[in-house]
Amino acid sequence: MNTTWIILGATSSMARAFARKLAAQGAGVLLAGRDMKELEALAADCRLRGARLSEALSFDARKPQGNAALSPGRGREGGELTPAVAVGWRPKKPAIDPPPLLFGGVVPASFTAPADFLQRLAPLLEARGGGTVVGVGSVAGDRGRLGNYVYGAAKAGFATYLSGLRNRLTRAGGHVVTVKPGFVDTAMTWGLPGLFLVASPEAVADDILSAVRKRRNTIYTPFFWRYIMLIIRSIPEPIFKKMKI
Amino acid sequence: MNWKTTEYAGWGRALKAAGELARPERQGTLRQLSAEAAAPAIGMRRSYGDAALNDGGRAIDMTRLDRLLSFDPETGFLEVEAGARIGEIAEAFAPQGWLPAVMPGTGFATVGGCIAQDVHGKNHHHVGSFGQHVTALSLLQQGREVRVKPGTPLFRATVGGLGQTGIITRATLQLIACKGDVMMVTERRAENWDEHIALLDASEASYTVGWIDATATGRHLGRGIVEEGETGAGLVRKRLKFRKVPFDAPNFALSSPIVRAFNAAYYRRVPARGRTLVKPIGDFFFPLDKIHDWNRLYGKRGFHQFQCVVPLAAASELRAMLDEIAGSGLASPLAVLKRMGPGRAGHLSFPMEGYTLAVDFPNRQGARALIRHLERLTADAAGRLYFAKDSLARGEDIRAMYPELSDWQAEVAKADPDAALETDLVRRLNLRTAQ
Repeated sequence: MNTTWIILGATSSMARAFARKLAAQGAGVLLAGRDMKELEALAADCRLRGARLSEALSFDARKPQGNAALSPGRGREGGELTPAVAVGWRPKKPAIDPPPLLFGGVVPASFTAPADFLQRLAPLLEARGGGTVVGVGSVAGDRGRLGNYVYGAAKAGFATYLSGLRNRLTRAGGHVVTVKPGFVDTAMTWGLPGLFLVASPEAVADDILSAVRKRRNTIYTPFFWRYIMLIIRSIPEPIFKKMKI
Repeated sequence: MNWKTTEYAGWGRALKAAGELARPERQGTLRQLSAEAAAPAIGMRRSYGDAALNDGGRAIDMTRLDRLLSFDPETGFLEVEAGARIGEIAEAFAPQGWLPAVMPGTGFATVGGCIAQDVHGKNHHHVGSFGQHVTALSLLQQGREVRVKPGTPLFRATVGGLGQTGIITRATLQLIACKGDVMMVTERRAENWDEHIALLDASEASYTVGWIDATATGRHLGRGIVEEGETGAGLVRKRLKFRKVPFDAPNFALSSPIVRAFNAAYYRRVPARGRTLVKPIGDFFFPLDKIHDWNRLYGKRGFHQFQCVVPLAAASELRAMLDEIAGSGLASPLAVLKRMGPGRAGHLSFPMEGYTLAVDFPNRQGARALIRHLERLTADAAGRLYFAKDSLARGEDIRAMYPELSDWQAEVAKADPDAALETDLVRRLNLRTAQ
C-alpha cells in the first residue's frame, strides 16, 4: 500500500483504531494532534504493527494558525498522501449552556479547523487527480437537539463542507467519504448514561476502510444509524421541538 | 466522566461484581487516576473467578493502554503497555520471526494479566513461566512510577502477585525466535491414562499439550489427544471471520449425554494412527479464541474451571481425581492435561514440576461440591491451585500450597500499605493476612 495517511485528531479512540488497521496493512501514517507524548507512543505502536512510515505531528485544532508544521506538502516523500480527519470535541455532560466559553472551543475543533486544513490541502489533491479524503462527522449533526446542539451544529457544518469538497474533488478524480458514527465506545462516551447499541472503535475503523475501498459517499456506522436518523429527521418540527431525546 | 458504574464478571461468569470502572486511554490519565485514589487494575478479565473483580469498589480497566512501544531486533526485547494482548503481539511479530516466549491458552490475555498471574503455556516444560521472560516492568504506586528489575524482592512479589504491588503500566518482554507464523501440529490418540502420561513424558516437541476426555470412564479413563507443535514457515489461509456466541445457551447444552457424545466424536476425529497438520499459529495456541464470548455456551449461570498441579510423584492421585470427575458426569468438553517443568518467577506463581489438570464445570450445586472435594485432594497430594482459575477455594486451603506466601505479604504490605489494591480474590482467600 503506497499511500500515506495524515490523520488529524489521531489520539481519539476511533482514529487510533483506524491508524492501527492502516499500519497492519503496511500504509504510512502521519499522526497529528495535541498530546505529543501520546502521539509518539501511538507512532511507535503503528511502526511495530507494520506501518511503512509512522510519525507524530503537532496540531491543535483550536489554533489553526499555529499549525505551520502541518504544511500540505508534508509526507509527500512517503507516497500518495491521503488525509483523514477525525477531530472533534464534545464537552462532557450538558455543560453546553454556559455558552461563550465552550462554543468557542467546540466549533473550531469540530468544524472550522479541520475544514481549514482540508481547504488548504484541496488544491494539492486536485492537482494530483486522485486520492480519498475521510471526514468524520456525527449523527449528532443530522438534527439539532437539546443535549448537544452546539456540537451537532459544528458537525453539521463539517458534513456540509465535506459534501461540497466531494463535489469539487470528484471533478478532479478524487473522492471524499463522510463518516457518521453513532454511539462509539470511546473515552468521550465512557460512563455516559443512556447509550445503546454502542460500537467498538475497531468496528468503526473497519467500516471506514471498507467505505474507502468502495468509494462510498456518506456512511453511517454501524449501518443501522442511517435508519435511526432517517426516523429522527422525519419527525415534524412542531413535535420534535417538544421532545426530549 | 472518568468512572462508570457497572456490573462485571470474571470469565466464568459465576462470580460478579458491581462497582466503578475507569478506562484511561492515555498514560497521563492513568497517572492522575492513580494519584487521586488507588484502585486495582484489570485487563481483559480472562481470569475465571474473581481475580479481576472488586465488588463495591473501583477498578481501572487497562485494555486501552495497549500500545507496542519499542522493539530491538538484535536482542528480541519488546516493550509494551500492560494492556497489550498476547495474541496481537504474536500476530505482529510471528511473521518477522519472533514470538512471546510464553503464551497462555487465550490470545486475549493482556501482558499485565499474564504477569500478575505468572501464566504458563504449552512450552512450560522447556521455557518456564511468563515472568521468567520479563526483563523489566514499571509499576505505578500512589501516582509514582517505579521501575522493577528481575532479581529484586518487589519483582518476585509482582510477578504472579495478583496486582497487589501496584498497577503494572509497562513491561519489557524477551521474545523468542520462531521459524514463522504457521504451526506443524502432530496429534495422537492416547487410549487411556497411562498412555496419556507416557506420551506427555516422552514428548520432545517445543509445545505439548493433552486434551482429555473427562467423561470417559473405566478402561478408557484418561483417554485423549496429545498435540505436539513446532513453529514453521509457510502459507496457510488466515482466519478472517470470527464466530460469536450471540446469546446465553440453555442449560441443557452441556448436559452429560451431549458432552459424552461430543467428546467421543472429538476423540475419533483424530485417526488411530495419528496425523500431522499445518495450522495458523493462532489456531494452535488460542483454539477457543475463534469463537468470541464462548463462555456464554455455559448459559446464564456461568461455569467454574478447576485447575491444579501435582508433583510428578503424585500422578496416581491425579488419576484418582480424574476418576471422580469422570464418574460425576459433570465435566464439560474442555479439559486439559499437561506436564509442567519447575519454572516459576514469583512468590505466588502457580507452576511446579508435575502434572496439571484443568477441567471446566457448569456452575451447579453438584459441580461446586465436587470442586471443593477436588481442592482438598489437591492439598493432600501436595499440589497447588491456580488463582487465575479458582473461584471456590478458601484461605485455609491455600496457605500450605504457597510456602512463600509470607514473603509476598511482607513485600505487598510495603507496596500498598492501605490495601487499596485488594480484589475479591485476595479478600476471599485472605491472602494478605493469612498466617
